[in-house]
Amino acid sequence: MIFTVLIPLILACFIPLLSKIKEKIHTGVFVFFIPFIIFLYFIQFVGNDFSPVRQTFRWIPSLGINLDFYLDGLSLLFALLISGIGALVVLYSIYYLNKTERLGHFYVYLLMFMAAMLGVVLSDNVFVLYTFWELTSISSFLLIGYWHFNERSRYGALKSMLITIFGGLSMFGGFVLLTVVTDTTSIQAMIEQKDVILNSTYLPLILGFILLGAFTKSAQFPFHIWLPDAMEAPTPVSAYLHSATMVKAGLFLVARFSPVFSTYEWFFIIVSLVGIVTLCWGSYMAVRQTDLKAILAFSTISQLGMIMAMLGFGTEIAVFAAVFHILNHATFKGSLFMVAGIVDHETGTRDIRKLGGLITFLPITGTLALFGTFSMAGIPLPFLNGFYSKELFFESSLDLAGASTFADLLAQAIPYLAVFGSIFTFVYSLYFLFGTFAGKADLAKLPKKPHEAPFGMLVSPIILVLGVILIGLFPNVVNGTFLAHAAEAIKGVSIEKHITFWHGFNYTPLQMTLIVVGLGLVLVLTRKKWAGAYHILPGKLSLNRLYNAILDKLDDWTKDVTQSYMTGSLRLYVAIIIGATLVVTAIVMLVTGGFNIQFNDLADVTAIEVSVVVIMVIAALGTIVAKNNVSAILILGVVGYGVAILFVLYRAPDLALTQLVIETVTVVLFLLCFYHMPKLRKRNESAGTKTINLIISIGFGALLTLVGISAHSSKWFDSIADYFIETSKPLGGGHNIVNVILVDMRGFDTLFEITVLGLAALAIYSLIKLKKGAK
Amino acid sequence: MNNLLDITEKLVNISAIICTIGISISLLLLLIRVMVGPSNADRAVALDGIGINLMGIAALLSVIIVTTKLNDVVLLIGILLFIGTLAIAKYLEKGVIIDRDVD
Repeated sequence: MIFTVLIPLILACFIPLLSKIKEKIHTGVFVFFIPFIIFLYFIQFVGNDFSPVRQTFRWIPSLGINLDFYLDGLSLLFALLISGIGALVVLYSIYYLNKTERLGHFYVYLLMFMAAMLGVVLSDNVFVLYTFWELTSISSFLLIGYWHFNERSRYGALKSMLITIFGGLSMFGGFVLLTVVTDTTSIQAMIEQKDVILNSTYLPLILGFILLGAFTKSAQFPFHIWLPDAMEAPTPVSAYLHSATMVKAGLFLVARFSPVFSTYEWFFIIVSLVGIVTLCWGSYMAVRQTDLKAILAFSTISQLGMIMAMLGFGTEIAVFAAVFHILNHATFKGSLFMVAGIVDHETGTRDIRKLGGLITFLPITGTLALFGTFSMAGIPLPFLNGFYSKELFFESSLDLAGASTFADLLAQAIPYLAVFGSIFTFVYSLYFLFGTFAGKADLAKLPKKPHEAPFGMLVSPIILVLGVILIGLFPNVVNGTFLAHAAEAIKGVSIEKHITFWHGFNYTPLQMTLIVVGLGLVLVLTRKKWAGAYHILPGKLSLNRLYNAILDKLDDWTKDVTQSYMTGSLRLYVAIIIGATLVVTAIVMLVTGGFNIQFNDLADVTAIEVSVVVIMVIAALGTIVAKNNVSAILILGVVGYGVAILFVLYRAPDLALTQLVIETVTVVLFLLCFYHMPKLRKRNESAGTKTINLIISIGFGALLTLVGISAHSSKWFDSIADYFIETSKPLGGGHNIVNVILVDMRGFDTLFEITVLGLAALAIYSLIKLKKGAK
Repeated sequence: MNNLLDITEKLVNISAIICTIGISISLLLLLIRVMVGPSNADRAVALDGIGINLMGIAALLSVIIVTTKLNDVVLLIGILLFIGTLAIAKYLEKGVIIDRDVD
């Protein structure tokens, strides 16, 4: 099973080589066999006596991250969709993409995506699942931006990337929490421990995070906005990723985890509510679109919402209907996208306002579209699979009950919302079909003269439409062999639902369907009259506008924040650094009781010390008020010499010597560069700034004084000075303890301080000598 | 005899302390000159004076704490003072300390 994931990845490495000969053979021909073989591999599992298969490959065992693959009914359904539709899409793309395109790039991305998607549906390990999940986001990003010279493509790619990666990251958070709670990384093991998860205090967080990931990936309200913009991708990509596979990854995730959460009240509320809202909003918005692919995008959103809602219901019939509709939607939506691609390819436009009457030019395509749209609309004809799943959807929406008041209210409202959404589904389906193929053709508006597509391009949609019809005619063939296993994986019990076309007139779902068809027809015929409703809702309220505003404002806000403190003023930075140090240190010292002031261990103060310190204090204050550079540095010299005298007083002749030399050199250096330095001037700062500076400086001085006193007052162990006094002569061979320490005991420090001086000298030399632009 | 040595030692100590106090007062007065000195030349001279006083203090301190280790300090202050005063004087006179080679 691992090979099905790895083969596309490995072969993706060879595609660039194969694409070199694309002038002779279209690269897609080589690629076609990969999904086809994978499809053949998976088809052998289909059957009544299927039982789950597990394979494990060690990857990072120490972290519990292994390539665990688990093939149950749900994974099998998705794997077959991915490989089957993948093969059809590759076949379609051979005729759709010209040889002048960068085919190598296209098929590398596509194979990468296929491998990632297979990885998502087959993984049993949450972290491996997350890895493949992000790989689908990245490859989808690359595919949407395939025509990267197109501004809209780049915008759409970035948008889908931001939204799906946002969701992916939150899903990762949920996975980490799950792993922490259950102490396992295997999804099946988590399902076995569902009591632990359901009793965990983190349950709302886990559910929220995982659902956020699923909703963003599956384009649920309000995260659906990336999907219409992803339509800038080449049509095979739209057909494959944005109708059949990737957008169903979120559904897969919800289905995969619903054995854990399905008994949790909020799972029902959130998933059903979001799904049903997405259904209504997507189908409502689809009617206003003018681009064929945009109609299909909103249609996908709404259909995904419908499946999501059914997963949220969680009853046996709803789960069965959900997996059934996953299959059905993939067939008819894939074919419709291909139809839209053919129309675009053969007429040069996808704008439904310019199209019309194409049935005479594109008879086969028109017929395919007819089946696809009628199936999508759920029109009660016995050879369309969309009708069965829609009827099952209505049926499942009827017998819902919630435990709490709110959930109960929701359960009551769902049938009405379902009918409402389905009416608009009906409207946009007919709008799509008749807007393109019926009416009078206006050839002057079309960039190209339309004619029927080449046969190769029609093969894939024909196969998909055959799927629509065959499932419609013999719904129970896929049922037991295939869908029952998928539903069993979600629900835990075997669901054997016999699908029949006719239940009699006293069957509520049929009445609901009739209402949908009746009201839908009325709305289709009067569409021009009520189109003004879109000015009221959404009107100016647009989630795209919100998204753009957030991005723009985020830029502005972060810029404002950065510019508010990154002013380029060193004075401000120093004030911030010292102020922050002051506040943090003071708080830490106060909270931990670090201030400790004792007077029992002090030496006597002599008159000489006092007089030296008084002189230094006066000089230090004098430096602050000095009027010009020279006087400031001369007064500062007094402080330096005072320090030297203090060293003398405290019997440190070496320090005193060094201090004197350094002080003198510093004074001379200052004098050297005064020639180039600006004159001291009065700063025109506001009183507030001055006060703050004063507070910071005094506070910092006081703080350091307190810290120094506290450090002196809290001596926890003896000094090691005695060791040096005793061993300076016998070990170091010198009487001067300071110098013995510097060159013998701690010689390393001295070495690197010499290095520092050397570097400083070199730096000064190069600063002076090497001028900008000089050779 | 012993008594006489004690008295001498005390006298030396007392005079050293008296001298230190005197020098401190002198330092304070010089400091005032450094701070208020109307011109920088005043300050330079005052700083020179401070340096000489510091030499004195260092010497007196070595008497008080009875050590010969500070003699270097005294000598060093003398040299540095000379160099420093020279540098300041040159700066005040010419504005630069090290002349560039003209040729």
